[in-house]
Amino acid sequence: MDLDLSPDEADMLSGAAGPGCQLAMRVLTRTARAMGATRLRPISGAHIDSCLYHGQAGVDFAQRLVDGDARVVVPTTLNVSSLDLIHPELYRGDAETGRAARHLMDLYEQLGCEPTWTCAPYQLEQRPKLGEHVAWAESNAIVFANSVLGARTHRYGDFIDIAAAITGRVPDAGLHTDDGRLATVVVDVSQLTPTLLSRDVAYPVLGHVVGARVGTDVAVLTGLPKGTNEDRLKALGASMASSGTVALFHAVGSTPEAPTLDVALGGQEPQRTITVTMADMRAARNVLSTADAASGPPLRGISLGTPHYSVTEFERFVDTLAGRRIAPGFEAYISTGRDVLTELELRGWADALQAAGVQIVTDTCTYITPIIEDRPGPIMTDSAKWAYYAPGNLGVEVLFGSLEDCIESAVAGQLVYDEAVWHG
Amino acid sequence: MADQPFVIVAGEASGPVLVLDEPLSFWGGLDAETGRIIDQRHPQVGESVTGTVLCMPVGRGSSSASSVLAEAIRRDTAPAALVMREVDEIVALGAIVADEMYGTTMPVVVVSGTEFDRVTQLGVANVAADGALNEV
Repeated sequence: MDLDLSPDEADMLSGAAGPGCQLAMRVLTRTARAMGATRLRPISGAHIDSCLYHGQAGVDFAQRLVDGDARVVVPTTLNVSSLDLIHPELYRGDAETGRAARHLMDLYEQLGCEPTWTCAPYQLEQRPKLGEHVAWAESNAIVFANSVLGARTHRYGDFIDIAAAITGRVPDAGLHTDDGRLATVVVDVSQLTPTLLSRDVAYPVLGHVVGARVGTDVAVLTGLPKGTNEDRLKALGASMASSGTVALFHAVGSTPEAPTLDVALGGQEPQRTITVTMADMRAARNVLSTADAASGPPLRGISLGTPHYSVTEFERFVDTLAGRRIAPGFEAYISTGRDVLTELELRGWADALQAAGVQIVTDTCTYITPIIEDRPGPIMTDSAKWAYYAPGNLGVEVLFGSLEDCIESAVAGQLVYDEAVWHG
Repeated sequence: MADQPFVIVAGEASGPVLVLDEPLSFWGGLDAETGRIIDQRHPQVGESVTGTVLCMPVGRGSSSASSVLAEAIRRDTAPAALVMREVDEIVALGAIVADEMYGTTMPVVVVSGTEFDRVTQLGVANVAADGALNEV
């Protein structure tokens, strides 16, 4: 079965819409064949990860698109880059890399993308609705769009994200199809204590456990509290997509395509059932820390906001900090999108947090670019994704903890850790 | 997956077979400058993938894997070829774009479980344009 193209699509492939669009269509159709698609389908929006600098290849590709007169044809948002354009002084990397990263950002704006610079486009005002087809890249955004919004995107990576935005098409395959979205694996979390499940910290750790065990399959979780909130589902999905290749999960009673277990499974028997235990959770929590809290150098900072903090997450941070200050010499970073920062400014929280010793980072994230001070001592985070990637990217040691652990440690200027929640 | 290999990027290459013990996210896991595995939690951290016929059953993690692989291909630090058991579009894209941009072909072949297991036993493997994999 080969790929069947409409006359418009065939024109794009032949170069009738310009060489930039032709390159985009070539990449799209080659990927469509790899996915086993027999046709393309239209999309209503895109989210681009390719704007984050990883070397010359990404710049060469974007430059070729710009030089070939390509433009996006659907509303298209941009993921984080390596630079914080609002706080440029935070960038500690070398100037040449900074210039290349900035050039790449400019190229994507020239292609007609909106300079949103966030990994959490689902926190923007306009977001896709149930059943809407989009082309989203950035693993945490993909899993959120599919799972929490019920929009439809396959697991797209760099290059095809912009190729889809320029052609307005995606392969009609994978998670765009009804069958591709049915769960084949049941994950039973009913053995976890209600106390643990009532805490935010359970969700990134659970995601880490589940991602490593389901791999590329679509899982449905049973036993989660009904109506689990978006921030928790976001943390759950982001860590599933770090430890595994998860692009869609369902949670019975919390996500739109899983009103019941049977609906999520499409009436089929699951291929397998995984049970998550308290011991699994403690083991995953331990794996997420690389630092030795007992004998290593003392904790010297915290980093939150991976994926980008939402307004409600800031609200919890402000409430928990309760007017206290970060200890002198202790580093505290929160990464977020510039749109959320605007909201924080309106609420007066941005100034209050700055005065309390918290550095807000926008447009980028502390684990992908040199922002955190280069000195010894671990950083604590409540993000499983940060904990997973930061040691490799930055060479820092990490301690994983809850939001409360992070804030109490930052106020005390030394490690404070509540172990009790992980037992019972 | 039928026994016939599914060729995502066609080309000829050969190199020593390197089997990944665990899936690797190229972004955050592979240094495109050196071709070495840098994921501190990966059992093969520190090993080089450059010039190998890399056997990686499935992909993992970030959307940026495509960019990292394309950059590694551009810098000649990439594997000679990639053999997978399941299609990973994000990994495939890195190879597709390097092919389009630089005309540098890194074959990507998806094979059945039985064939994958056979290939992992080879010492130095050759990948043919039709996806056939044999000892050199």
